[in-house]
Amino acid sequence: MATMLAFAESRGGVLRKVAFEAVTAARVAADASGGGDVHALLVGAPGIASHAQELGRYGADLVVVVEHAALERYSPEVYAATVVERVRSGGYRAAFFAASAEGRDLAPRVAARLGAGLASDVTAFELHGDAVTASHPAYTGKVIVTLRLAGSPALLSLRPGAITPVEQPRTARVESAAPGIDPATARVVVTGMSGRSTTKLDIGEAPVIVSGGRGLRAAENFKLVEDLADAIGNAAVGATRAVTDDGWRPATDQIGQTGRLVSPDLYIAVGISGAIQHLAGMRTAKTIVAINKDKDAPIFKVADYGIVGDLFEIV
Amino acid sequence: MLKIAVCIKRVPDMEMRFSIATDRKSLDQGGLKYEMGDFDGYALEVALQLMEKQGPGEVVVLSLGPDAVQEMLRKGLAMGATRAVQIKSDEIPFDGLAIAHALAAELKDGGYDLILFGKMATDTASGTVGPMTAELLGLPCVTSISQLDVSAGRGTARRDLEGAAETVSFPLPAVLTIDEGIARPRLASLKGIMAAKKKPLEVKAAQLGESRLTVESMALPADRPPGRIIGEGADAVPELLRLLQTEAKVL
Ligand SMILES: Cc1cc2nc3c(=O)[nH]c(=O)nc-3n(C[C@H](O)[C@H](O)[C@H](O)COP(=O)(O)OP(=O)(O)OC[C@H]3O[C@@H](n4cnc5c(N)ncnc54)[C@H](O)[C@@H]3O)c2cc1C
Ligand SMILES: Nc1ncnc2c1ncn2[C@@H]1O[C@H](COP(=O)(O)O)[C@@H](O)[C@H]1O
Repeated sequence: MATMLAFAESRGGVLRKVAFEAVTAARVAADASGGGDVHALLVGAPGIASHAQELGRYGADLVVVVEHAALERYSPEVYAATVVERVRSGGYRAAFFAASAEGRDLAPRVAARLGAGLASDVTAFELHGDAVTASHPAYTGKVIVTLRLAGSPALLSLRPGAITPVEQPRTARVESAAPGIDPATARVVVTGMSGRSTTKLDIGEAPVIVSGGRGLRAAENFKLVEDLADAIGNAAVGATRAVTDDGWRPATDQIGQTGRLVSPDLYIAVGISGAIQHLAGMRTAKTIVAINKDKDAPIFKVADYGIVGDLFEIV
Repeated sequence: MLKIAVCIKRVPDMEMRFSIATDRKSLDQGGLKYEMGDFDGYALEVALQLMEKQGPGEVVVLSLGPDAVQEMLRKGLAMGATRAVQIKSDEIPFDGLAIAHALAAELKDGGYDLILFGKMATDTASGTVGPMTAELLGLPCVTSISQLDVSAGRGTARRDLEGAAETVSFPLPAVLTIDEGIARPRLASLKGIMAAKKKPLEVKAAQLGESRLTVESMALPADRPPGRIIGEGADAVPELLRLLQTEAKVL
């Protein structure tokens, strides 16, 4: 029986889907250890505590809330100090983060301060008596490495979408705690934020991604892809590097080795050839659909369902 | 005078076909080609451009690994780095923290204004060594940046988040990890290659940290169950929808 910690990521005062994924993973780990408790750590601006019970819904027994006016946005130093303090006091067997932009920044800092092992971008894990093993796609996704984490706590960051959140409702106890350091002492400060509204579904969270490649021929033709995503409903739009390099889509939409790594339930590749660097970012999707006029395009090798033909006619 | 360190890793060329060695926990070396990690190349380019813009300075390339890393370090020198350090270790551990300990030991008293890393090594795809080294050195750190300005002892960087970007300000000395899109690495000129032969390349023994993360096994990803082409043109759309609803159950 062991206690697990999940870092519950939020943005703009709202929990992100990866928070539920981390809590679900911690719940699975706690149950596998013979039924320990799951603690979730929720950090944000005043008011964030109102979301604590959402974490209870996914299996958190205790939610530790750290509220501070300066923590509306992620601050690496304050967050790292806060997590470290919690981990030190909690006696956790493992701590789960999201391998999101925030989690990828936070988890290694925590690992270094604790001298703990960290497995990054994990797609599956198992708890053993003295070790935790974790699968991690490495070498641009061409090799799956099974890693062994020795010692407690074992830290894991989970690839967004790899763990399906499962509701296991309970009423979580809520505790509040102070930030690990005074936010005013942080050396790295965020001075501005730009980008799209938070209401739009992010490619890391969307169950369905419709992605477009150079086959679309021009920026304005992305309307087709957007319309398809809208028609599906819970879908976000992604792109290849060929497309983001040409400025047809923002760089943040790029999926692949040097872009986002995603695992949606459904990935629809429209006019995408399927270069290995692109596949590295999406081959763990549960179902892949490809639409391409070239029947020999490599994307068809990974696609569950393919349609050969002109995308302008099909989409 | 700006003094910049760039940590570069020797990684296999990802275009190659990989196979797993008989120990089932490493790559079969047969036919592998090695090169500088993609992001590490961007990091080096950023350092060189800063040095060129801000007057005389020093760019030191460091790599932890076996003697084979010297060839890559020479390439870094040929691109324009001032000197190179091999932190010698016959094996490169998978554990980012073990590597970070060795790099931090070397960087600690180097007097660097900036220490640059790739956002991730293309082999481990972990992205941990940079922020870990920063923590061990107690330096401010910004990860995954796609723009950088340095002036008057401070830096400003752009960091891409999912669907948004933040602008971050930090004091020097600092550790940064470099995303793509910031600069395309230059090719070494003939003059650069000749000059590199005379530039200093020091070899030091690595003081690796303890590894808490080890490779238990490696495998090629299970082939996705063979897909099928369900048809040609718009006529195939109804069948696709049917399959997505009834077979894959994703719609
Ligand atoms: C170091 C490095 C990192 C990289 N990182 C990434 C990354 O993170 N993400 C990424 O995506 N790429 C990355 N790349 C680039 C990658 O190698 C490919 O160049 C890129 O993915 C190709 O994009 P594409 O499929 O849109 O374009 P193309 O390869 O040009 O493919 C276009 C496809 O559209 C099809 N097509 C054309 N017209 C039609 C039509 N009317 N109807 C239907 N189909 C049509 C064509 O048959 C073709 O298959 C990287 C490259 C390098 C060297
Ligand atoms: N053996 C090494 N020698 C020098 N730098 C390294 C080494 N391993 C990792 N790095 C640096 O750390 C970055 C991140 O590596 P990783 O955490 O393995 O993804 C790389 O892009 C390099 O800049």
